[in-house]
Amino acid sequence: MMDLLDVLFSAGLWAAVLRIATPLILGTLGELLCERAGILNLGIEGIMTFGAMIGWLAVYNGADLWTGMLVAALSGAAFGLLHSLLTVSFGLSQHVSGLGITLFASSLAYYLFRLLVPVVGIPPKILSFQPLNVPGLSDLPFIGPALFTQTAPTYVAMLLAVLMGWVIFRTPLGLAIRMTGETPHAAEAQGINPTAVRYGAVTVGSALMATGGAFLTLSAFDSFIPTMVQGRGWICIALVVFATWRPGRALIGALLFAFFDAFQIRLQTMLTGAIPYQLFLMMPYVLSIAALAATARRARVPQALMQPYRRGER
Amino acid sequence: MRFERRAHRSTVLVVIAPVIAVAAALALAGVLIALAGSPVLTAYERILTGAFGSRLAATETLTRAVPLILTGLAAAVAFRARLWNIGAEGQLYLGAIAAAALSAELAGGLPSILQIPILLVAAALAGMALLLIPLWLRLRFSVDEVVTTLLLNFVAILFVSMLIDGVLKDPMAFGWPQSKPIDEDGMLPKLIPRSRLHAGLLLALALAVVVHFVQSRTVFGTRSRAAGLNATAAVFAGVPLGRTLVQVAMISGGLAGLAGAVEVMGVTSYVTTELSPGYGYSGIVVAMLANLHPIGVVLAAIFTAAMFVGADAMSRSMAIPTYIADVTVALSLLAMLVAIFFTQYRIAR
Repeated sequence: MMDLLDVLFSAGLWAAVLRIATPLILGTLGELLCERAGILNLGIEGIMTFGAMIGWLAVYNGADLWTGMLVAALSGAAFGLLHSLLTVSFGLSQHVSGLGITLFASSLAYYLFRLLVPVVGIPPKILSFQPLNVPGLSDLPFIGPALFTQTAPTYVAMLLAVLMGWVIFRTPLGLAIRMTGETPHAAEAQGINPTAVRYGAVTVGSALMATGGAFLTLSAFDSFIPTMVQGRGWICIALVVFATWRPGRALIGALLFAFFDAFQIRLQTMLTGAIPYQLFLMMPYVLSIAALAATARRARVPQALMQPYRRGER
Repeated sequence: MRFERRAHRSTVLVVIAPVIAVAAALALAGVLIALAGSPVLTAYERILTGAFGSRLAATETLTRAVPLILTGLAAAVAFRARLWNIGAEGQLYLGAIAAAALSAELAGGLPSILQIPILLVAAALAGMALLLIPLWLRLRFSVDEVVTTLLLNFVAILFVSMLIDGVLKDPMAFGWPQSKPIDEDGMLPKLIPRSRLHAGLLLALALAVVVHFVQSRTVFGTRSRAAGLNATAAVFAGVPLGRTLVQVAMISGGLAGLAGAVEVMGVTSYVTTELSPGYGYSGIVVAMLANLHPIGVVLAAIFTAAMFVGADAMSRSMAIPTYIADVTVALSLLAMLVAIFFTQYRIAR
């Protein structure tokens, strides 16, 4: 019991929470933006994988870390455009198109990685983002090492959650996005172009997902390993429901989720041998399913989610 | 560019749509092969001979197609009723481990004629059980089954990993995490000597015919189709939606569980976490390429298997990563979506 409290009050746990949460925050915000405009994006898992690979590859070939992030974002935007073409212009099944993009993006990532990076025993490494020293705050006892030893993208991700909350609920653009996700016909009657809004939201949202993937290879780890995304994209989709499509709650949900994940990793090392490690590894997925079951019924889904919009067709 | 709905869907278009989609996917994959600095046509030729060029190659392709037919049918049956079962991968693993566990612990020693059906039924039940969880969550808590079936894949594979590292671990495997092997009498007979092709192929083909019959000739088939086309309208027309979806889930999950069973009872004889190179996910592509038609699934599965087997052979002699097969298969899914769209719409002048 004392051990558990020790874990809870160790700065390392809280530092890990923020680190684990970052890719989830970015992915969840990206998915949330797509869904607010009425498009489910199941491409997220593949887009995160591709972002992780291409961002790492750019840095490996001499680009600096932020350029790596940008390259990842651009690749995400490209997949977003493809998803928009299939689901918005053609009005095809968002489920199947998204899954197709996940299969395509992840297999393309593995293909290019194998092709462009020589096969060696130990995966090649890059110099990843280093912890940012926040003057004054980083030196505080406990709080400093717990909360202010993160890399820059983590802080950017949190600011983005606040920014997206503001855009969605406090700006005309946000109103246009929400209207398009609720009733595209009414949006069109107000002079909004639902097609353009959906294209924009899916493209920007997909770019965000890709940076979430790139965080894994440019900050959390320093090399690319196939399958490293490990279902984080699917967890983000669950987090969007858990957050009831609100960016602020998405931030809280991702942090809460990361807390359980960081805690179970520490529990796992404490209880080595007593309980099979696989049970701990299942926790994030089981937790996501439980969170969905608890919130899905109350959640107010954007009414036009998964409904293709064709002008003049009902 | 604007699109208008075609007055009627021409059968010719529907039939050639997958051919065009596959051709487009192969052309796009050609760009990636050229990027690798390899001659594109030679690569295609090696893929083709690698998949069908010899007796061994052809039997290997058909062996690979067996689990893909079953996971393809699993996806086709579910998608037709708009039950988004993306969990075939997990259901496959549970089916495989159920068969292996039963043979190693209980049914071992029973004669083939008894043991094989028992193992197959157990695998189907295991697959069903795993799909009924997300279906229950959907019906009871309105949780979208896409995410839950996806997440359960990870849970199922970790569960199998736990079993083969624990109670079901083979003590004779030099410490490797693999399950105790299927009893000799529980293995499916070989169809052709000196090859890996097994009787699972006949089972898969028979099931494709059965599924086709059930979907096109029974009340249940019509109900599941109605549920998929418009659930609200189906309920008004008197379709018991919940019950129909449960039946669909049992068939879909059962087929995916069988895919795992035939793979372990026909090919590997024991379960590892590398049993399936993504058969569950490829099954979705197979189903879509077949336009959800059960007989089409067989052809689409053979195409997909040929890509994988052929690309394996090709990459042994050329500097092209085998992932080209996964890329081509994924591209053919996306191309197929577009092709289906153009069977329904045309560009308005």
